[in-house]
Amino acid sequence: MADYDIPETHEFPIIPSIMEGSMAHSSPFVAGKEFQDDMGFPSAEETGELIEGWKEKFLELLQDKLGKYRSLQVFMDTCVKCGACTDKCHYFIGTADPKNMPVARQDLLRKVYRRYFTFAGKYFPKLVGAVDLTEDVVKEMYSYYHQCSECRRCAVFCPFGIDTAEVTMAARDILAMIGMGQKYSNQIIPKVFKIGNNLGLPEPALADTLEGLEEEIEDDIGVKVRFPLDEKGADILLVTPSADFFAEPHVDGLMGYAKVFHAAGVSWTLSSKASEAANFGLFIGNYESMRQISLRIRDEAKRLGVKRIIFGECGHAWRVAYNHLNTLAGPWDFLDQNYPIPQHILEFTKDCLDRGILNIDKSENDWMTLTFHDSCNIARASRIGEDPGSQFTTPRQVIQAVCNNYYDMAPETIHDQTFCCGGGGGLLTDDLMELRIKGAQPRMEALKNSIAEKGVTHMAAICAICKSQFTKVLPYYGMTMDQIVSVHQLVSNAIILDGQGEEAEESDDAEETA
Amino acid sequence: MTVLSIIYVVLFYVAIIVLFGGIANKIMLYKRVPAPLKIPVTPAPLTTGGVVYRLFYEVVFFNSLFRGNKWTWIFGWIFHLSLLLAFFRHLRYLISPDVFFWPLINNMVVQSFGHYAGFTMLIGLAGLFARRILVDRVRYISSASDYLMLLLIMGIAGSGLMIVYASHTDIIQLKAFIMGLFLFDPQNLPADPILLAHITMVLFLAVIFPVSKLLHAPGLFFAPTRNQIDNPREKRHLSEWGAAIEAEDGRNN
Repeated sequence: MADYDIPETHEFPIIPSIMEGSMAHSSPFVAGKEFQDDMGFPSAEETGELIEGWKEKFLELLQDKLGKYRSLQVFMDTCVKCGACTDKCHYFIGTADPKNMPVARQDLLRKVYRRYFTFAGKYFPKLVGAVDLTEDVVKEMYSYYHQCSECRRCAVFCPFGIDTAEVTMAARDILAMIGMGQKYSNQIIPKVFKIGNNLGLPEPALADTLEGLEEEIEDDIGVKVRFPLDEKGADILLVTPSADFFAEPHVDGLMGYAKVFHAAGVSWTLSSKASEAANFGLFIGNYESMRQISLRIRDEAKRLGVKRIIFGECGHAWRVAYNHLNTLAGPWDFLDQNYPIPQHILEFTKDCLDRGILNIDKSENDWMTLTFHDSCNIARASRIGEDPGSQFTTPRQVIQAVCNNYYDMAPETIHDQTFCCGGGGGLLTDDLMELRIKGAQPRMEALKNSIAEKGVTHMAAICAICKSQFTKVLPYYGMTMDQIVSVHQLVSNAIILDGQGEEAEESDDAEETA
Repeated sequence: MTVLSIIYVVLFYVAIIVLFGGIANKIMLYKRVPAPLKIPVTPAPLTTGGVVYRLFYEVVFFNSLFRGNKWTWIFGWIFHLSLLLAFFRHLRYLISPDVFFWPLINNMVVQSFGHYAGFTMLIGLAGLFARRILVDRVRYISSASDYLMLLLIMGIAGSGLMIVYASHTDIIQLKAFIMGLFLFDPQNLPADPILLAHITMVLFLAVIFPVSKLLHAPGLFFAPTRNQIDNPREKRHLSEWGAAIEAEDGRNN
């Protein structure tokens, strides 16, 4: 582990005193020409430089966005600087940098908006804190708009519903268009188009991986559970984050989905071309990228002739799927209208549990005491079920249906007040490791306290980014990487498939006689 | 007509035009700019009625601010409630006794609550001002205009209280002046310095309303994070420009 200054955790949350400039050095790698080209974005000759005529372009793009996004236009005007958001961002709590307070982050763009688009800022800039658009201002935006995970916790507490994520997205998109795209995201998105997923895992490799999983389950429980790929005529298309194909604990979740489908007796398939639920178009604030990524799913649903679409465990993917799939890739009139379009895997599993068609042995998870991390995009930007708030209850009901030992973390850190894992919103990259560790502080603090007070041993999550981020940062806070688990991993542990019992009995007998 | 009165007649008309014209202009802008994507902060209501309830709760009780910060909430809420009470009290200078709801305005309760509101308004504003200075985070985000706005409204409240308790004005003549504005029949304005200060500050506040953060009042109703219905799976949400992109490449067919 590299050497970082790890924030302290406390028994009760402490709001830090501000430390100006403490994260001014944090900035992700800028996308070079090759990656900007792949995205169709312009680039300067030197990576990290601005394109010619950048200033006019910036203002032109800002004006365009103000005319296209009501959120941006309204949010630029309505902030009264009341301060309610100032202590709500996990990056502020973890870094104490005042520019990580949501209002200050918004102000990086707002002060330019005021200077060029408002009466007060044009004629009395000093009075209202308006500034000229300079290269330094742009560089500062690049730094701090990449210290926001677009988690929307600030928006929960804002009296006017101002959502910093909307401002961050707008700013990132503008920055990308003047040569300051983010390498991490701009490297990943083209892979989705060319190959089908963020990892760049081609069809043969994917098929091979899935075959391996089938063998693993068969070795483990003696039942052949299929992982169909590109099977035309299947009822269900499963779209899941590609991390589910290889990363721990994600892959255990994928095995859980497969076992649930197997037990429910439904026909399903993965698609090699839509082998990715993630949609980084959201992170970079680019409507067109987000739409193109979404349309892959439409194309594949048509090609394979499925009736339903189900999404695997992934936070921002579910935000895009739940809120935007219909907008961007709809209308979905060719799918079965009796099911939600799209449906979350937890909605499917919960329904199976409610109908009693799954054979569950909760004691299989007795060696763990669980808590649940509400992923920001699911908590504050979606539903998993029919009622408002079902995004909180459904995962907990599923966990408690397959586990005996469960406790919530502190109430001010869960549900819609949940803290981001620290790696969301396109920040899950090694060049932002310091930020990721510091931003995880509030969640780590709540987890540590639940370990101390309730004897919690593991934290379950339903987001690929959360799982990857926690795997990486848990050790920095004195915990172990395997303390993060997938919700469907718990289901997988507890579910007993037909034919599984016989095999298990046989081996039990064998042990006894031995 | 005194020169002073003529000046104030002009100022009043200008301020009213700027205030209502400016706000109408902004509201039209907010209505015109589309919300291309569904972005309600969830849990969010599933029906229009639910959205009305959510916004009502925000407007009347400052629900989110209550969850966010109790000090800012209590001072902010006291201030805004006082503003409402002071507004009701002032209605009797704006409407004729012939209007049917005159008794609702011109009674002990509304009038005396309106008095006390002057004091509670100052308490609320002082609290908000203190937070701006004392809390390092809020100090960091405050610009000169944020302090001046509070001082301006404190000045309005203070001068209003002085008219009531220290330096009475010819209230009959004041009302004649106001009614004259409505009827385009200019009347004299009492030339008391405190009254003139009070009115000048109010007019200034009205003029800066459409070009300042006071736009939070209409803006609150236009935040897609709060006013959208949570039904993206059931109902397809598509903006005009989003539809134009679709029409261009036909990939959604």
